[in-house]
Amino acid sequence: MLWRITKIAFGYRWHLLAATAFAATTAIMSLFIPKLLGEGVDQAFTLFRENSNTRTEIEALLRQTAILVLIVAALRGTTGFAQIFLGETLSQRVSNNLRMLYFDKLQVLSLSFHDRVHTGQLMSRGLSDIEGVRMFVQNGLVQIVRVVVVIVAAAVFMAQIDMQLMLFSLSFVPFMVYRGARMRIQLRTIWRKVQDALGELTTTMQENLAGIRVVRAFSAQKYEVEKFDTTALEVVELRMSAARTHARGGGFVSFSFLVAWAVVLWVGGEKVIDGQITIGQLTQFFFYLALLRFPVRMIIMIVNSTARASSAGGRIFEILDVPSKIADSPEAPDLQITGGVVRFENVSFSYGDAPALQGVSFEARQDHTIGIVGAPGSGKSSVVNLIPRFYDPTAGKVTIDGTDLRDASMQSVRRAVGLVEQDPFLFDGSIRENIRYGDVKASDEKVVAAATVAHIHSFIESLPDGYDTELGERGIGLSGGQRQRVAIARTLLTNSPILILDDSTSSIDAGTDAQIRSALTESTTEQTTIIIAHRLSSLRHADEILVLSAGRVVERGSHEDLIALSGHYAQLWELQRGNSTEMVD
Amino acid sequence: MANTSGSTQDSSTDPKRQRPASVEEEHSELHESDEQMFAQLDSTVFKRFFYYASPYKRAMLIATLAVIGFTLANLSIPLIVKFGIDDAIRNDDSSLLSVIAISLVGVAAMYWFTSFLQQILITRVALKVLYDIRADMFSQLQRLALSFSDKTPVGSLMARMFGDVGALQEMLESSIEIIGDVLTLVGIVVILLVLDFQLALMTLAIVPALLIIRLVWQPIARRAFLRMRRNSSIVGVYLDQNVSGIRVVQALNRQQENHGIMGGKVHTYFWSTVRAARLGGILMPTVELMTGTALAVVLVYGGGRVLDGTTEVGTMVAFLLFVQRFFEPIRTLTMHYALLQRAVASGHRIFELLDIPLEIVDKADARPIGDVDGRVEFKNVTFGYDPERPILRNISFVAEPGQTIALVGPTGSGKTSITALAHRFYDVQEGSVSIDGHDIRDVTQESIGGVMGMVLQEPFLFSKTVLENVRYNTVGATREDVVSACKIIGAHDFVMQLDDGYDSTLEQRGSNLSVGQRQLLSFARALVADPKILILDEATANIDSYTERVIQVALKKLLEGRTALVIAHRLSTIRSADQIIVVRDGEIVETGTHDGLVDSTGLYSQLWQTNYTSFDDIAGNADDISGTPVAST
Repeated sequence: MLWRITKIAFGYRWHLLAATAFAATTAIMSLFIPKLLGEGVDQAFTLFRENSNTRTEIEALLRQTAILVLIVAALRGTTGFAQIFLGETLSQRVSNNLRMLYFDKLQVLSLSFHDRVHTGQLMSRGLSDIEGVRMFVQNGLVQIVRVVVVIVAAAVFMAQIDMQLMLFSLSFVPFMVYRGARMRIQLRTIWRKVQDALGELTTTMQENLAGIRVVRAFSAQKYEVEKFDTTALEVVELRMSAARTHARGGGFVSFSFLVAWAVVLWVGGEKVIDGQITIGQLTQFFFYLALLRFPVRMIIMIVNSTARASSAGGRIFEILDVPSKIADSPEAPDLQITGGVVRFENVSFSYGDAPALQGVSFEARQDHTIGIVGAPGSGKSSVVNLIPRFYDPTAGKVTIDGTDLRDASMQSVRRAVGLVEQDPFLFDGSIRENIRYGDVKASDEKVVAAATVAHIHSFIESLPDGYDTELGERGIGLSGGQRQRVAIARTLLTNSPILILDDSTSSIDAGTDAQIRSALTESTTEQTTIIIAHRLSSLRHADEILVLSAGRVVERGSHEDLIALSGHYAQLWELQRGNSTEMVD
Repeated sequence: MANTSGSTQDSSTDPKRQRPASVEEEHSELHESDEQMFAQLDSTVFKRFFYYASPYKRAMLIATLAVIGFTLANLSIPLIVKFGIDDAIRNDDSSLLSVIAISLVGVAAMYWFTSFLQQILITRVALKVLYDIRADMFSQLQRLALSFSDKTPVGSLMARMFGDVGALQEMLESSIEIIGDVLTLVGIVVILLVLDFQLALMTLAIVPALLIIRLVWQPIARRAFLRMRRNSSIVGVYLDQNVSGIRVVQALNRQQENHGIMGGKVHTYFWSTVRAARLGGILMPTVELMTGTALAVVLVYGGGRVLDGTTEVGTMVAFLLFVQRFFEPIRTLTMHYALLQRAVASGHRIFELLDIPLEIVDKADARPIGDVDGRVEFKNVTFGYDPERPILRNISFVAEPGQTIALVGPTGSGKTSITALAHRFYDVQEGSVSIDGHDIRDVTQESIGGVMGMVLQEPFLFSKTVLENVRYNTVGATREDVVSACKIIGAHDFVMQLDDGYDSTLEQRGSNLSVGQRQLLSFARALVADPKILILDEATANIDSYTERVIQVALKKLLEGRTALVIAHRLSTIRSADQIIVVRDGEIVETGTHDGLVDSTGLYSQLWQTNYTSFDDIAGNADDISGTPVAST
């Protein structure tokens, strides 16, 4: 995982190079300060005591050292700034890159994927996991260079003074590396669990809020609170164990680091007493140690961010690596629409094990309306899902004007098919934007024309902001029937030669429904129409009605034919007329 | 907002050309309240935090002690080094040196222990407090009147539950560091002053300069950070929209277009992060320069004092070590200040939610309703979601135990409101609703749920197993109960066709089932709950006539021995009802049986004459019913 993230970072080669170069420069720059300070102490103390220089000479030396310290500090500040700035912007570029990949992937992933994976899960990955990856680039990738350079360079600088003391000073490094590696493994598991539990918590809450009426209807508040408690407490416990791992590891590393101080004080002190090194040189070691506080503090952050990034990256790449089940065959040509003829040839289809459609055949032609009826689960929605190629059939084929959908580019298929669903989704934004969704360049006249056919124009006009009225979070809510009509307008605008209405007028009263339908017939002369409806009166004028049962076509024909057949359809018709045959005219 | 559509398109066609700032302006009203809240770091939010933290007083006290111990350990290290140099090394005292070195090991152990303790304790308190707050929010949401849920989008509630609570968590966890930082600053100043008063004054002389720089920097940086956060949430909202509306996106081929729009938003976000990074980073050279200056002062002035012999060399070393630590907390304090502000804004939003008064509460002396026969009475009920505009007026009727009451009338006439009042989703403004003579406002809400079941027109299923969905809240319902309910309803066959039968996990909102199957499961759920009173919003749209027939058989069994209020659409349901109540414009216009009503000349008989297949087919304006029926032959 980390490697894949790093590879993305390598895509910004120069940016990454500059960031790490500045990190290394900052690290080396830092090391001059202890050296200078140590020399200053020597100048002030040792040189004067040994009477080798006059006081004015020493004061001049001290001033010189002070100026050098200032210069180095200014340089270090500048390179440090460059490092932080470049590291941060690099991390943003990497995460934005990933964010776009993720976004694009979600857009093209088949609907069977979206049916399976909960929105809450996809959102928590898109938000917190990508942030986790970003933290790794910022804190892990770039900072680790600085940590390594500080330690290596400090070793070099210290070795020049005293080899033995250098080894003692750095004695904490093996502990730090060992502990860090162990923590990384522990935290990786914990983070993965935390993320999963948080995803579950999100789902629980989202469903509770979305289904609040059911909760109330069953007075299930207590039950829901308990359900929430279980997951929420699990999150608390997991985070606690992450914190414990942190605190244990961090504490241990700090302890070994401070013990190094004690050893340097002791052994170094003896060396000063023995005259092997000067007090200034000993203090240099302390200043180096003060500097090494940086890697000690950073190591926890680095370990944490790499651990989090391995699991967060895993969750992101899991999605990015999902093969898209529905993919264009290479160089698939665009669909050539000649007559808008939709043919199902012996189509079978299943979502999982149970077959949803078995050997379904029919043909829908231009200026022709096909009606489909059937019980829930009889396969109506599957027929709908196959035409815009949301799914591929498991056997048989679906063709438009003779071309198998699998041999045409997806875009051209979907351009040819206009689908209106029963419970349409409208986006945040103005009504105009929503209607224009399928064709952003459509003129206002076209928008109004589509809205007029869908019988929503006068309603929109009655709103204070008309077509600019905002919908969604920041805007107004529409009733089910209004939403359906906006969705009809949205689909009509695309002018697709094939129109599918999937129970899309269920919340619209029959009068308006009929008016929409007649307006549709007037405005479009050459459309192939497939209607799924529960209200049989909506289907009476269809050229052919298919009755589906358990994935098969059990009856077909015109309304009159089917009534005469006295089969399923006729029974259904009676039922809807109130079980009363004398009411059927 | 009028130009939103136009500019969004600009950004989609050419994201690069879009000036980041202008995109932000468009969205600024969205988070206006953010800005306002940031302006005031008032104390009420903190008081509320302390209220939540108070059960953990002991842990917090120990944590504070640990922080003090930790800070002391931290500060004593340069001091120990100083003593080592001045008292042991310069006096060639090896034995003292060993004592001092060993005491440093002791300090290291103390450091270890206290840092462990403070981290563990503060994390625990922070997580517990947040859990408490989140649980309170959650149960508040369970109790708020439905009118609140009706107008508040799920997304914004989720943002409060996660985003805002998360901001609080960060703040709480870093609060201990803030205490540590402040203690360290004060400690260093005191130690330096004690060690060498004059040198300390000289060294700390630059601190005011730093404060001035910070005062200038703070508001600018705050704005940049806020903008970054705002743009980040805009990206999140857009992602959410496109995941939720994926079917539309794919059906209308919007991938290319949306890629452009997302690119534009990400681009804007990127530039705001660049600006924030620049502002955040700029403190770095400033602090470095300050540290450098202070070190230079110690070298020149302190060095001079060492030459004079007024200051010991170890003191100079300690000064150099302390100065390097002094500016560290100043930098982190800045970061923490930003966290604090964010947390206060989040706190406001959280407590705003918690402070919404509950409209429907149990009376202090409310009792459970106990066993009931199921007599439901509406007496002169007047109600409106907005009290000024009643949508039900003077509604009175009685449902005797075991009776089925069909509520019919055009869309928007008030049928649904009547059923909502029966369950006390809302309180009536005038009149009363009673069950077996108990005014439902005098009994506990929970007990009403025990005697009353409800099936909604839009079935909602959770992403749990079929078993859990059907059993839902009915504690003690066995697997057999669930299976037999599903058999009665006619759901058993399709459940068995699922991969794991009753243990199959349903997908998001049951999307692996057809709408009708979902409806069947929600019927089974009501059947398992076995209520005395059943409210049914008959689903015309969702159940086709095949299933309807199956259900009608099942409903007969279900309704036996139960009082039922049915918002009826199908003639078949209406005809078999004991009593039909025709509602129009919020008033009851007719009551009676089917035969009685058909013989009269009222609305019902007009509806009947027009041959509609469903009463919902009537346009909202019932005066129109004389118009031509749809299905003309």
